[in-house]
Amino acid sequence: MPIIEVADLKKSYGSVSALDGLEMKVPKGSLFGLLGPNGAGKTTFIRIICTLLSPDSGKVVVNGVNALSNPKFVRSNVGYVAQEVALDKILTGRELLTLQSDLYHLTSSKRMERIDFLIDRLEMSEWIDRRCGTYSGGMRRRIDLSAGLLHQPDLLILDEPTVGLDFESRKIIWKLLSELKGEGKTILLSSHYLEEVEALSDQIAIIDKGRVIANGTIDQLKKELGGESITLKVKEFSNENEALKVKNIISTVKGVSDIVVNSYQGYSLNFLVDNENVLEDISLELKKADKSVYAISKRKPSLDDIYLHATGRTLMDAEMDVLSTRDIKLERKKAMK
Amino acid sequence: MTSKLKLDNLSNKENTNFLYIYQETLALTKRLFLQLARRPSTLVAGILQPLIWLLLFGALFSNAPKGLLPGGMDYGNFLGAGVIVFTAFSGALNAGLPIMFDREFGFLNRLLVAPLETRSSIVFSSVIYITTISILQSLAIMGTAFFLGYGWPGPSGLALVLFTLLLLVFSVTALSLGLAFALPGHIELIAVIFVVNLPLLFASTALAPLAFMPNWLCWIASLNPLTLAIEPIRSAYQGNLDLNVVILNAPYGGLTGFNCLAILVVITFTLFLIIRPLLNRKLA
Repeated sequence: MPIIEVADLKKSYGSVSALDGLEMKVPKGSLFGLLGPNGAGKTTFIRIICTLLSPDSGKVVVNGVNALSNPKFVRSNVGYVAQEVALDKILTGRELLTLQSDLYHLTSSKRMERIDFLIDRLEMSEWIDRRCGTYSGGMRRRIDLSAGLLHQPDLLILDEPTVGLDFESRKIIWKLLSELKGEGKTILLSSHYLEEVEALSDQIAIIDKGRVIANGTIDQLKKELGGESITLKVKEFSNENEALKVKNIISTVKGVSDIVVNSYQGYSLNFLVDNENVLEDISLELKKADKSVYAISKRKPSLDDIYLHATGRTLMDAEMDVLSTRDIKLERKKAMK
Repeated sequence: MTSKLKLDNLSNKENTNFLYIYQETLALTKRLFLQLARRPSTLVAGILQPLIWLLLFGALFSNAPKGLLPGGMDYGNFLGAGVIVFTAFSGALNAGLPIMFDREFGFLNRLLVAPLETRSSIVFSSVIYITTISILQSLAIMGTAFFLGYGWPGPSGLALVLFTLLLLVFSVTALSLGLAFALPGHIELIAVIFVVNLPLLFASTALAPLAFMPNWLCWIASLNPLTLAIEPIRSAYQGNLDLNVVILNAPYGGLTGFNCLAILVVITFTLFLIIRPLLNRKLA
């Protein structure tokens, strides 16, 4: 049974549609990565699962229970670690965790046991009795993660958990997440960092423009993609015009797919080929057009290629695109309770 | 189908657990008091400001002709009740600020994703906190007024003073909490507090009796909740605890102490009824 099941989920902020008929099933016990550019709808989706937002329409089932009519059940079963950590800077970490444990109605003995356990596990003993206002980003994130874990939820949801964290904190958090998975907990993790999702997740869903456009295990998705991923340059520093010309040439070659001009890497071309023989055909076609190959590299498809294949653009391009059309701060303000 | 229905109605079967409400309200209240203990400037300022009022304003009219004020009171005595009420009032008017900051910094979301037995706990804790602070500040002012020779209401008088202050604090707290959820941010809330605070003080009988005012201001002042709280307290300070005596000659008729308190009760309940749907919607 999936621990999260949503169907036809819709949510708009004014005229901007954040979720547009999203469908997703998160299997119990998985470490599920939610991948997509900023503004794809990840945070909106997570806020709906955590009962912070109501969708305009759609079905939301968490742990077998209708989340929309039973929000309290969901809240006691879910641990939520938000994207922007809100701590009370006047309280110490320990006081904050104590407050949090009262909000989850832990008994006093259970509270002590859980807080001590988490302090130990997230290596916080040195600074737990200092005020939260003095914490670094990594410390704040660790406090927030322990707050989400105090009541031992079946499902832990993390929104961009290690964005901008120090190496030490990231290592500790990654380790804890893998351990939790080993204990049979389900972890839903949203990120726009491919590296993070690839390192942690066993299953992923790619969200773009409020819809899931690909999902499955990373291996499975790579296998589906097949062939090899190629990066080609005809000059060290090309330009858009030339890149587009070359794109036209190689798009005529059989066995080439998903050609994308990568403006962030000196207008190189990224594409997939069915097999290595296709590369010879490409050289031939280029020679005919009086172009030569300056550099070419091939590798097995990565998560980036999966993303590219699913959306037709790189994650970086998608991010730029979204940032220019949306006022994320304004949307967040509108979502303020 | 049956099992589906069961799942859909989970929450209806639960009974309210009052121990949980106690636990969460206590924890949230404790947080507010911890903040206060570590950042006492608001409490100190809340006591200093009315003290300065009392000292400066009391002195300003100390040489006014005798017999100018009703009952031959001297100005310090007259002003005491006004400053006590104003202290409680401005304390309560700030009740919404901590909630507004929690909304803005996202701390409220932390409370909203927790399985609170009732989200009214968030409101309860604010009311408990603000009431305690406002009453403490008022008591401090009363103590100072006593040492300045402006009198002391005595035990039964004190009970009447505290009861009146509680009614005022509850109603103003309700208003402020309502604003904290209705307004977009703390700038707007502070603006409203600024605009409301002093005009309500000036358009009341805190600084001068109705007899000094033009007719139009008499109307405003006698409809002003501050006046309705000031007059019973002023009369308690003069040793009059009989609630059936007319203590305010409003343009629309004489009001007894009982009338004043009754109107305050109605205002308090009305405000709570008005903000309830708003809080329910915001905290749903």
